[in-house]
Amino acid sequence: MQIETTINGKKITLEVANDELLSDALRAKGYLSIRQGCDTSCCGLCTVWIDGKPTLSCSTLAFRVRDKQITTIEGVAQQAEEFAQVLVAEGAEQCGFCSPGFIMTVLAMKHELKNPTEQEIIHYLTGNLCRCTGYMGQLRAIKKYLGGA
Amino acid sequence: MKYVGKGLPKLDGIRIATGQPVYTEDLTPANTLVVKILRSPHAFARIKTIDTSQAAALEGVACVLTHQDVPKVRFTLAGQSYPEPSPYDRYILDEIVRYVGDEVAIIAAVDEKTAIRAMALVKVDYEVFDPVLDFETAAEHPSVVHPEADLACNIDIGLQQEKNIVCSHINEVGDVEQELAQCDVVVEETYYIQAQAHAMMETYRAVSYLDHTGRLVVTSSTQIPFHVRRQLARALQLPASRIRVIKPRIGGGFGGKQTGCVEVFAALVTQKTGQPAKIVLDRRETFTSTTSRHAMRLKVRIGADKEGFIRALDIEGLSDTGAYGEHAPTVFWVVGEKTLPLYNKTRAVRYHGQVVYTNKMPAGALRGYGATQGTFALECAVNKLAEKLNLDPAELRLKNLIKEGETALAYHGKRLGSSTLHQCIEKGKELIGWQEKYPRKEMGNNKVRAVGMAVTMQGSGIAGIDTASAEIRLNDDGSYTLLLGSTDMGTGSDTILAQMAAEVLETTLDQIVVYAADTDISPFDPGSYASSTTYVTGMAVVKAAQDVKSRIIQQGANFLETTVEEVTFDGQLLHAGDKSMTLEKLAELSILGSGKLQLVGHGTYGSNVSPPPYVAGFAEVEVDQETGKTTLLDYVAVVDCGTVINPTLARIQVEGGIVQGIGLALYEDVKYDTKGTLLTNSFMQYKIPCRKDIGNIRVAFEESHEPTGPFGAKSIGEVVINTPAPAIAHAVYNAVGVSVTKLPITPEKVFMGMQK
Repeated sequence: MQIETTINGKKITLEVANDELLSDALRAKGYLSIRQGCDTSCCGLCTVWIDGKPTLSCSTLAFRVRDKQITTIEGVAQQAEEFAQVLVAEGAEQCGFCSPGFIMTVLAMKHELKNPTEQEIIHYLTGNLCRCTGYMGQLRAIKKYLGGA
Repeated sequence: MKYVGKGLPKLDGIRIATGQPVYTEDLTPANTLVVKILRSPHAFARIKTIDTSQAAALEGVACVLTHQDVPKVRFTLAGQSYPEPSPYDRYILDEIVRYVGDEVAIIAAVDEKTAIRAMALVKVDYEVFDPVLDFETAAEHPSVVHPEADLACNIDIGLQQEKNIVCSHINEVGDVEQELAQCDVVVEETYYIQAQAHAMMETYRAVSYLDHTGRLVVTSSTQIPFHVRRQLARALQLPASRIRVIKPRIGGGFGGKQTGCVEVFAALVTQKTGQPAKIVLDRRETFTSTTSRHAMRLKVRIGADKEGFIRALDIEGLSDTGAYGEHAPTVFWVVGEKTLPLYNKTRAVRYHGQVVYTNKMPAGALRGYGATQGTFALECAVNKLAEKLNLDPAELRLKNLIKEGETALAYHGKRLGSSTLHQCIEKGKELIGWQEKYPRKEMGNNKVRAVGMAVTMQGSGIAGIDTASAEIRLNDDGSYTLLLGSTDMGTGSDTILAQMAAEVLETTLDQIVVYAADTDISPFDPGSYASSTTYVTGMAVVKAAQDVKSRIIQQGANFLETTVEEVTFDGQLLHAGDKSMTLEKLAELSILGSGKLQLVGHGTYGSNVSPPPYVAGFAEVEVDQETGKTTLLDYVAVVDCGTVINPTLARIQVEGGIVQGIGLALYEDVKYDTKGTLLTNSFMQYKIPCRKDIGNIRVAFEESHEPTGPFGAKSIGEVVINTPAPAIAHAVYNAVGVSVTKLPITPEKVFMGMQK
């Protein structure tokens, strides 16, 4: 079927199958920052924003985004790079495979929570798994980023 | 030093963090076939008949391959230098399937949907056998997992096929039984370590195609491009010169990608069809059909005299390699290699036992590679010994651990080049607050807090075997290209190797282009495993940088019409008396002008020793006596990795390894059903630590100087995973008196233990 949707501020027409996942549809469209890390909706790698809310694109049927605003990390490149600079200074990107989904969640948190506590930060990001870094460096980066922002 | 010792960001950091298309799947050519694998539903069976006609006839299906379509040559997927110690015990596809998830047929189609539809049309009739599921009785089981006559070993590893024993091993120095009999205090315990999953975020994947000359090109998320090339050459019966393996950015490896889990399937499809093909395993396949840590049973006997000197150590091991023997002997040997030398007041030490085949997913390499299993068993036993001797466990260790310059029975006279392990223990005690907190404190409300500790060693590269090369080319603009075959899987090794080159060449990092890895272009490197990259490849880089530097000075002498003795080079300018020349001009003239000689430096390095890095780990836990739940409050790791080349990246390596070790200790349970199906096959059932599960982690370094390492460096990647399991087990014991000897330490085990 064809749906009208907006990706990173641009209105487009997407040709999607009935059972096509948004994550697959976005990758097929060239948004290669979208990654799949699990089959059970629990790793956070595929996180995008739908109408500004962080959402798992692997658990969203593509046709559900008809007339919605989708944002991928490509659409917030400048903000993403600002945070990535802080993250990378801590060495806390490591393999980088989970970083796009993680960064989309961090940026959403920044919009949503004012002066979050450490516990609130950890809670907000619980659904973003990382096997490389042990999370501590990411926490240091987030605190620096929020403190300096 | 200007670059070594600096916490610089990774060269690829910003690009990979912001989602650029630089990983294997992102580099898929257009019109690439999608490869799917039909897998065995049985733990042990023979394929009586397999009918692919309907599947192959489906529109969009390019091929359906079975055991009838593959060369009958056995090989190993273990990424090891030739001749590999792992047995050649597999075909690409076999008539016999040996575990639930083993490959039955390869289906390639124009898209994933078609491939999955075709898979349902393949008809297989199995003759089902009684599977070997319990590794403790595998040697007596009537079923033989590998009865085939063409199974081959490059070296004698003690294989006894009819008894399902893939490897038998004994390493004894002195008479252990006699020394144990003379000890005043002996403790004995049996420990079990589970088949941990790597759970790297990027699952296994490879893309293959034929290039303009018809050569096979495989782009793969691999730690071992050169070994993959050799594996493919054997498995596909092609000359290695007809194969090129490219490693782009890797989304984590942890040893998993030291085994060639998927390349051969895509490559076979390309070989058969001539078309590009890609295989991407999903998470369930990654859990069920690749490799894991070797599950082991380790029985430890350790004896000491009244003064608290450890005099005898005996470890008897049994390892479960599953259906195939990837890394089976070597992981088993490492258990002993990284435990026996630690406590060197011993008069006799022994490590012995067997590795068995079972009808479960094969085990393979996983960060720690046997040392993790050995450390858990040994350090739990040492903590138990300390209690029996009525000694503080830190004091017992300080009294018994090997020091720099000393030898150990297992070292056969060789002396330890570097160690600050004693300082690591002192520092760790201070950071965790050992004096105030050991052993426990009642918190009221049924909660108890307690501390525990463990120490560990690993190696740096494989002594006498691993040999890496590096090349540095001076380009026509005066910049350098550093060519490597090592594989930065997120660790930052490309960056720290560039730091080393920059240090030698007195240049800036932006003047060094790092290229890794591509078997057509890179000099040989075994790959990044065995904690080898900083130490082995690092030394090759230093040698290559020194080599190109001396060539620059020689060329400078030619241009300045003087002798090399007269020339000084500060990285930018060459001087001789009142004459000078910039490096840029020298480069230009060398390549484009009168010099007619492009300058290239080469370095090859292999070490006769594998210098151990050390960690002293300290855990503080809170145990809820009502539920048995353990909460990790604080973990302190003090590390001796020699010179720290990049403190930022080293710290993250430590933190990441500690958390993976915490997962092994507390959460990552592996469960099979009675028919041999893995139940813990997703992140819902197999719990890796999330942000809420880890408490606080603190890292400190106590630098030593390793005389054989680059700038005094040793390794760091693996050693950091080893201490959490025994340190947390110790803390739990100190809290509630329950000794959990079977990992992971679940609330259920602690609670049930408290009821005894």
